[in-house]
Amino acid sequence: MDVIEVDGLRKRYADTEALAGLDLAVPAGTVCAVLGPNGAGKTTLVRVLTTLTRPDAGTARVAGHDVRREPGRVRARIGLVGQATAVDEVLGGRENLVLFGRLHHLAPARARARAEELLVRFDLTGAADRPVGTYSGGMRRRLDLAAALILDPPVLFLDEPTTGLDPRARATVHEAVRALAGAGTTVLLTTQYLEEADRLADTVAIVDHGRVVATGAPHRLRADLGADRVEVVCDQATDLARVADTLRGAVAGPPRVDAEALRVSVPATDRVATLTRVLAALTDAGLCAADVTLRRPTLDEVFLHLTATGRTEVAA
Amino acid sequence: MSAIPASGRHTALADAATLTGRALRHWARQPAPVVVTLLFPVLLVLMFGYLLGGAMVVPGGGDYREFLLPGMFAMAMLFGVETTYTAVATDAARGVTDRFRSLPIARSAVVAGRAGADGLHAVAALTVMVGCALAVGWQWHLGVGRALAGAGLLLLLRLAMIVAGIHLALLLRAPEAVAALQILVWPLGFASNAFVAPQTMPGWLAAVAEWNPLSATVAACRELFGNPGWGGDGWPAEHAVALAVAWPLLLIAVSGPLAVRRWRRLDR
Repeated sequence: MDVIEVDGLRKRYADTEALAGLDLAVPAGTVCAVLGPNGAGKTTLVRVLTTLTRPDAGTARVAGHDVRREPGRVRARIGLVGQATAVDEVLGGRENLVLFGRLHHLAPARARARAEELLVRFDLTGAADRPVGTYSGGMRRRLDLAAALILDPPVLFLDEPTTGLDPRARATVHEAVRALAGAGTTVLLTTQYLEEADRLADTVAIVDHGRVVATGAPHRLRADLGADRVEVVCDQATDLARVADTLRGAVAGPPRVDAEALRVSVPATDRVATLTRVLAALTDAGLCAADVTLRRPTLDEVFLHLTATGRTEVAA
Repeated sequence: MSAIPASGRHTALADAATLTGRALRHWARQPAPVVVTLLFPVLLVLMFGYLLGGAMVVPGGGDYREFLLPGMFAMAMLFGVETTYTAVATDAARGVTDRFRSLPIARSAVVAGRAGADGLHAVAALTVMVGCALAVGWQWHLGVGRALAGAGLLLLLRLAMIVAGIHLALLLRAPEAVAALQILVWPLGFASNAFVAPQTMPGWLAAVAEWNPLSATVAACRELFGNPGWGGDGWPAEHAVALAVAWPLLLIAVSGPLAVRRWRRLDR
């Protein structure tokens, strides 16, 4: 069963179309990463699904309820961690959690007990009584997440939960998301990081200009996208053409030349085997490279690939 | 995964009370700003009552401090718009309002909770001011009933300030813009009968001051408290109490629906 069902969602702001007929389905108990650059429509999608923004057209159902017709029922079944940390800066962590517990209609004693549980779970007991204004970015995020989990909602929305966090805080958020997914929560998160989507998600939906341009399991998507690349960095610009010629003979895919970065890359269809062939070809040709790496496509490349479909690749 | 059952039936009122409690906790946690808002009008009383008061003559006779205090009560209510504005704009700007809107609570509770807290703030502000007033020799002369009626008119003015403050905050959503409000309350305060009688001003300015909504509340309070300086031959002065009811109600009637519209537009 799909816990999140989005069909033809549209939303227009002044002169930009934030959502341009977006479709998406997230099965129960899975993690879906909505991946896209700034302005792709990710935040608008989360706002519509959490009943904060009304769509112009299309339908969206969350946990079986239409976000426009039954917003109250949707709200009772979701947790939201927005892009801005939306916790009370003046109150302490414990006071915040008790406040949100009360607003979820827990009795006072139950709200206090639940706050304690969540403080322990998110390692915030030491700072529980300090004003949140004094928390680090990672601590705020954790509190924010805890506040969204007061009632163990079956569906959780996280809008760029790790943007601006240091690697350690990011790892903590990842752990929490994995634990929730393990317990059966359906999670929709937005991110600008391909790696994050890769690590956390069962399915990735790549969004651009308010539309899903590709969707699927991370590894399948990666395969569709021409997979990883072997990259050769040259010492000087004059080597670029020779390196490209050499690689064209050695591996299957066409080489791509980035003259500015002194880089030639080819698809790593057979991964390490491709890398070995590239090294052998360079050695045979007596060419010297500054650096040779096997690496995953960046988000930029994914977008270039998806938006440049049909265009010819820039080959040397 | 077990959902924790919500206990009992909850109404918008209970949610509003929870949010009023949140505002009170803010004040307990950070007392300095709220203490400043409570004491600033006291400073005005001391400055105008003692530093400038010696040079003031009340048309028709009477003690200047007795004349001044109803004006300062009204100013204290007027300043309240800054408290309301700052609280609502800060929540809107920081995403806290959105989080509240994503919860299964009545959306009216967010606004009602704010109004409840600011209502309590108004009562506290008025209590402090009356204490200050009694200490500097002000009195009500026409009985407790009329005095309470005057207090009611002051709180009505504050209610209008709550509604206007919420509307402006949802419109601008910029907490720092409170600086503009802090400046704009002064011309509104000075171009009224709060500090000096309009009769002492140039004709055009006197007309502005007489019709100033703040003047209606001040004149009505002077009348109900039996303090000097009320009355006069102008229509607004003769109908002060009626105007002190009508002006705030008009402001609420205009600002209220606009605030509701702004609140609804948050989901655009």
